[in-house]
Amino acid sequence: MEKHSRDEGAAAASQPSEGIPAPEGPANLIDTDYVIGQDNITISPLGINLDLHGKVFTFSSLVILFFVIITLALQDQVEPIFNAMFSFLTGNLAWFFLLAANIFVVLSIVLIFTPLAKVRIGGMHAKPDFSYLGWFSMLFAAGMGIGLMFYGVSEPITHFDTALGGVAAENGARTDWAPLGAALGDEEGAISLGMAATIFHWGLHPWGIYAVVALALALFSYNKGLPLTMRSIFYPILGERVWGWPGHVIDILAVFATLFGLATSLGLGATQATAGLGYLFGVPATNTTMVLLIMGITAVALVSVVLGVDKGVKRLSQLNMVMAFLLLAFVIAVGPTLMIITGFFENLLSYAVNLPALSNPFGREDANFTQGWTAFYWAWWIAWSPFVGMFIARVSRGRTVREFLIAVLLVPSVVSVLWMTSFGGTAIDQAINQGFEGVREAALELQLFEMLGQLPLTAITSFVAIVLVMVFFITSSDSGSLVIDSITAGGKVDAPKPQRVFWAIIEGAIAIALLLGGGLTALQTAVITTGLPFTLVLLAACYAIVKGLMSEPRA
Amino acid sequence: MYRKIMVPVDLAHLDVIEPALKTVADLARHYDAEVCYVGVTATTPGSVARTPEEYQQKLETFAQQRSQVHGQPVSTHLITDPDPIADLDDLLIEAIDAVGADLVVMPTHPPQHLDVLVPSHGGTVATHTDVSVFLVRPAKQ
Repeated sequence: MEKHSRDEGAAAASQPSEGIPAPEGPANLIDTDYVIGQDNITISPLGINLDLHGKVFTFSSLVILFFVIITLALQDQVEPIFNAMFSFLTGNLAWFFLLAANIFVVLSIVLIFTPLAKVRIGGMHAKPDFSYLGWFSMLFAAGMGIGLMFYGVSEPITHFDTALGGVAAENGARTDWAPLGAALGDEEGAISLGMAATIFHWGLHPWGIYAVVALALALFSYNKGLPLTMRSIFYPILGERVWGWPGHVIDILAVFATLFGLATSLGLGATQATAGLGYLFGVPATNTTMVLLIMGITAVALVSVVLGVDKGVKRLSQLNMVMAFLLLAFVIAVGPTLMIITGFFENLLSYAVNLPALSNPFGREDANFTQGWTAFYWAWWIAWSPFVGMFIARVSRGRTVREFLIAVLLVPSVVSVLWMTSFGGTAIDQAINQGFEGVREAALELQLFEMLGQLPLTAITSFVAIVLVMVFFITSSDSGSLVIDSITAGGKVDAPKPQRVFWAIIEGAIAIALLLGGGLTALQTAVITTGLPFTLVLLAACYAIVKGLMSEPRA
Repeated sequence: MYRKIMVPVDLAHLDVIEPALKTVADLARHYDAEVCYVGVTATTPGSVARTPEEYQQKLETFAQQRSQVHGQPVSTHLITDPDPIADLDDLLIEAIDAVGADLVVMPTHPPQHLDVLVPSHGGTVATHTDVSVFLVRPAKQ
């Protein structure tokens, strides 16, 4: 891996000439003969210009088509296979997911405090492309927006209930779903444990996973000059071979995980939005409603993806942040305010106290919890990481590694704690202090609306919640289309617009097909199954990050 | 009549913009005008250059070559953007004021049905600026 300094280039570029930006400062480019887009094919069918990576585009399209047809046509045969694969993975390899996620978190946190954190993404003098607010809004909206809406109420109350129920065993194996040692009959203890378990799944670990992928991609793209695709992370390990089939396979896997992750989540979001519309306006929760919703969401996402990152995705993400903040502020204000504020600190403490036990990968008693919840979540976050990571990488140029890690790891974790405390805490308060059983008894997708139903101004807040679910989906869909387009165009971010439009439509179409065909659950399982190979990709990314950062000049 | 001509160039597709470059050379000599070549690039590595600085160097080299051809003074203006394909029209319109051009010469494709969905950059720029815009169609086969 030969390197040459960019100092000379920067000096030559700083010759006086009108409008030249300041030199971006020294960074160490990787010396490779690969020219970005060299394997691309450019064609113009019907006057539409296309610029695609021949192999990655063709194979990922075929694999996707094949999978959709198989899951729809042979649903009964395929579902048991997926389910078996999934239980094998979470059952036997739960320790691997837990251990890997711990490595990502530890690396991210340790890096903040090392001199390596002074490295700036994009070269020592690179200027950020986006303001703090725009940047943070985008990474948060892409990262977990929709999940917070879906699980914000349901997860805390579920863990609270199971913890309260205590431990149950049969033949020496635990049959309950409670985290750790449960808290039989102890309401305070159950709240504390339930919230710690929820925050564990939405705190440092998911963001550590995203941070590792995003940092590796940003580093190898902006500082090392490699194309913005997953394969670039493997350069320190595979060398020039990343431009051949090993690289193609990595990129195809990334497209696969991103597209199906998005499509299944689009289905999940449509389910919740439909449930909300039914709750609020009595709209029938039929397939027609969901299909119309997905089409509507896709249409808005299309407009946004054509408008681009700055005018489309960023504006929607900021709108999202404002609405989410208002909803959060409302719940805190009219809900059990004091309990939420004290709860925030108590939960943070409880998270810290329980973190070592919860994240321990070996010798766990609570098998149902670690396999069914934790390993499931970790596989899910990891399957999403190529998409979220690549999007975060794309918008993070000009930030130092320290800024980046604090913004991607610590800030979102704290926001998650506050969100879970407010929404989950309010629901638990309704259950134990007001004797309201509605949330506990409601279906998963309705629990948020049941909780809001007990607060004033229900009609308005529920409506805001529904809009929020939809906008979160639009931001996921449009940033996802940008990511897939970039991967299938060999790392080019300036490929012709119709390609973005194509991917946005495909996402919607797959979501509709799977929703109607009933293959959504099977596919969700399949997506999570891709979490396993990607865990290996992420471990490689850890190595690449350290190696890449060591060779960078530091401020 | 014209003092400074702005020419947006795409270094990845020089063959496509050849007719526009010829037109610029003739106009620049006729009016004894300066020519400012404007490049727009993503901040991520691309097919022309792997960093914005490298792109700047190539743009500078390109401008000097054109100066040899037409003998008029040249300058360059590089715009970096996270999403150039989406922001191109706005970036070029802003650049007209930034470089102080009084004429824009840019290549464009012939009108086609698809323009309804994906309007041409030249057309959009021409409808959003006070200065004169000269759109050059590709050479006839």
